[in-house]
Amino acid sequence: MVDIISAKSLGSNDIKIDGAVGEPFCDDAKMSMRNVDVFYGDNQAIHDVSFDLEKNQVTALIGPSGCGKSTFLRCLNRMNDLIPICNVKGSLQLDGEEIYGKQMDPVLLRARVGMVFQKPNPFPKSIYENVAYGPKIHGLATDKSELDEIVETSLRKAGLFNEVKDRLDQPGTGLSGGQQQRLCIARTIAVSPEVILMDEPASALDPIATAVIEELIHELKEKYTIAIVTHSMQQAARVSQKTAYFHLGKLVEMGDTKQIFTNPRHELTENYISGRFG
Amino acid sequence: MTTANLVFIVMLIALASYWLGIQRSIKVAGGKQQVKDLVSLPSQYGLLTAFWCGIPAILFLLLWSAIESSVIDSLLIDKVVLSADGQIQQNMGLIVNNVKLLAEKITLSEDISSATDIQLQNAQFFIALNEKATWLKTLLTLVIAVGCVSTILAKIKHSFHARNNLERIVSGLLFTCSGIALLTTIGIVMSVLFESISFFSQVPITEFLFGTQWSPQIAMRADQVGGSGAFGAIPLFVGTILISTIAMCLAIPVGLMIAIYLSQYATKRIRSIAKPMLEVLAGVPTVVYGFFAALTVAPLIRDFGLLIDLPIAAESALAAGLVMGIMIIPFVSSLSEDAMTAVPVALKEGSLGMGATHSETIKKVILPAAIPGIVGAILLAVSRAIGETMIVVMAAGLAANLTFNPIESVTTVTVQIVSLLKGDQEFDSAKTLAAFALGLMLFITTLALNIAALKIVRKYREQYD
Repeated sequence: MVDIISAKSLGSNDIKIDGAVGEPFCDDAKMSMRNVDVFYGDNQAIHDVSFDLEKNQVTALIGPSGCGKSTFLRCLNRMNDLIPICNVKGSLQLDGEEIYGKQMDPVLLRARVGMVFQKPNPFPKSIYENVAYGPKIHGLATDKSELDEIVETSLRKAGLFNEVKDRLDQPGTGLSGGQQQRLCIARTIAVSPEVILMDEPASALDPIATAVIEELIHELKEKYTIAIVTHSMQQAARVSQKTAYFHLGKLVEMGDTKQIFTNPRHELTENYISGRFG
Repeated sequence: MTTANLVFIVMLIALASYWLGIQRSIKVAGGKQQVKDLVSLPSQYGLLTAFWCGIPAILFLLLWSAIESSVIDSLLIDKVVLSADGQIQQNMGLIVNNVKLLAEKITLSEDISSATDIQLQNAQFFIALNEKATWLKTLLTLVIAVGCVSTILAKIKHSFHARNNLERIVSGLLFTCSGIALLTTIGIVMSVLFESISFFSQVPITEFLFGTQWSPQIAMRADQVGGSGAFGAIPLFVGTILISTIAMCLAIPVGLMIAIYLSQYATKRIRSIAKPMLEVLAGVPTVVYGFFAALTVAPLIRDFGLLIDLPIAAESALAAGLVMGIMIIPFVSSLSEDAMTAVPVALKEGSLGMGATHSETIKKVILPAAIPGIVGAILLAVSRAIGETMIVVMAAGLAANLTFNPIESVTTVTVQIVSLLKGDQEFDSAKTLAAFALGLMLFITTLALNIAALKIVRKYREQYD
């Protein structure tokens, strides 16, 4: 009989995490993180994490609850700046530029590294205004017709245009959960980011809406580099090319998704993906 | 026995019956160990007994007090009519009052030598009647109290659901309390309404609403000088609007900016200091603001006017409006801040995550999402400004000038209500009744504002989420 046990009781006390195993680094890196530590006050949430996000690939961040994967994702576009007690150490680079460097403007960074959140959070505005929000702020369109075009392309890329083209002036909050999430993705695409971070984008959606989003992620990787945090191992296996397994704030293993799910090298990874805990 | 003493005794009986109810229930259960066999707790049986003792008795007392005096009066009138000739019918009220006065003198054993025989007779009759009534009242109250207690005690059995009965009594009590508040409101509205109607029977409603002359003096005699009343309320409405507008021009921008700062930018430490300070500002009595306006702000404004060769009245709408604006800043800022803090963090993150700056996020996402709350706050502040009296009395004066010039002296609806009701009043003069008409107008205005606020909040609520 296999006991389902919590991550803590199986934790790193029993099985040592001695640096990440697998292939965390690659030649064609869009973002590269080296020796990253994250602290909440005195509490260390991320311990010495190093890996690369490969260009035009989907990288899945998996691991049990509280392992720090969302925290880490939020460092990549400095969303953690909003939390005063959060402190990030180490090197995080986007195309060789230091994200936490003095020259980096967090506002511009977030336009380049967009984010889709766990719960769909459309603004209480019309569908059109939701997508036009970013381009207007960054002055991406010079006139109305150009803005219309950006809105239409973004909605098309998010696979939403045909469903909403007759009601662009209706509030975005009136859409279904799955449509709202695709609206949020369209909104993110509209400012032409280079990287899209997704924090459990399908966890609040039903299976059909989830399938649509996953299909979308698959298409988006042609143009964007994507990092996705997910609780569902099946989802990670379906959408990603690379998988990073986090455990209690440490990166345990990283490699090709196929290899991680068929032939994990670390005992903890194997325990997790075989459903022993998590 | 007086009614107060009776109430006290009924309370004592209720207290005793609480204990009796507990004892009785324990006895019915067959000892303290068997109490768990009862459907309700012993204390619930006790409480129920106490309620059943107290409530009917006190209700009876209330009813008795309400009708006692009129019954006695009618009995007394019958007696007076019997003992006197037919001619005195028209002075009945006076005679009855005389008899009552005499009766009071007799009970206080004062000098009654001037009274006639018939008067003395009537007075004795009145005293006897009162005594009888008091005895009857005491007796009946006690009988009701004891009777109810014994009935309920007899009803206590294993299967008697004291718990449910108690629940019904409690909900009845709560209903009564809310009924009192409701009835009071209706009473106030009705009284204002009826007095206003009688005012409009003396002064045409069109003159009141559209007249531009306000001088509420009514001639007592035909030859009196300067007593031709004019009841055109336009100058008062204009004054009220002028002062409220000045106040809102100050309070809305400053209050909103305070709210934005406190909800979006301030650190926890600053907020923990600034919020209580603002609440203190809201707690300052308006009369303090009033003399602040009259003694500090008004002279300052006048001195500033002299500096730029502009004659400003000592009592100006500007001074009153500015100080009133300061007074209502906390109303705007506190409620708006709550509204902005209530905007989900997810919306803020969504905007920031797309590369919007903090101020862009506030302007384009947080403020629009918080609009219902902010509008509610502003309308509440406007109601406060319109209803405010003390500051205007002290700083803006009483002269009913019809002007939109903020550096002149104006007056407001509330101030005129105060000055109309100051001193001696007769309830049939148009001057006194005018206060009710003004009150009605004020009531309608604030009611309309409140309804508008509710409508706006309801319409935009749940837009996010």
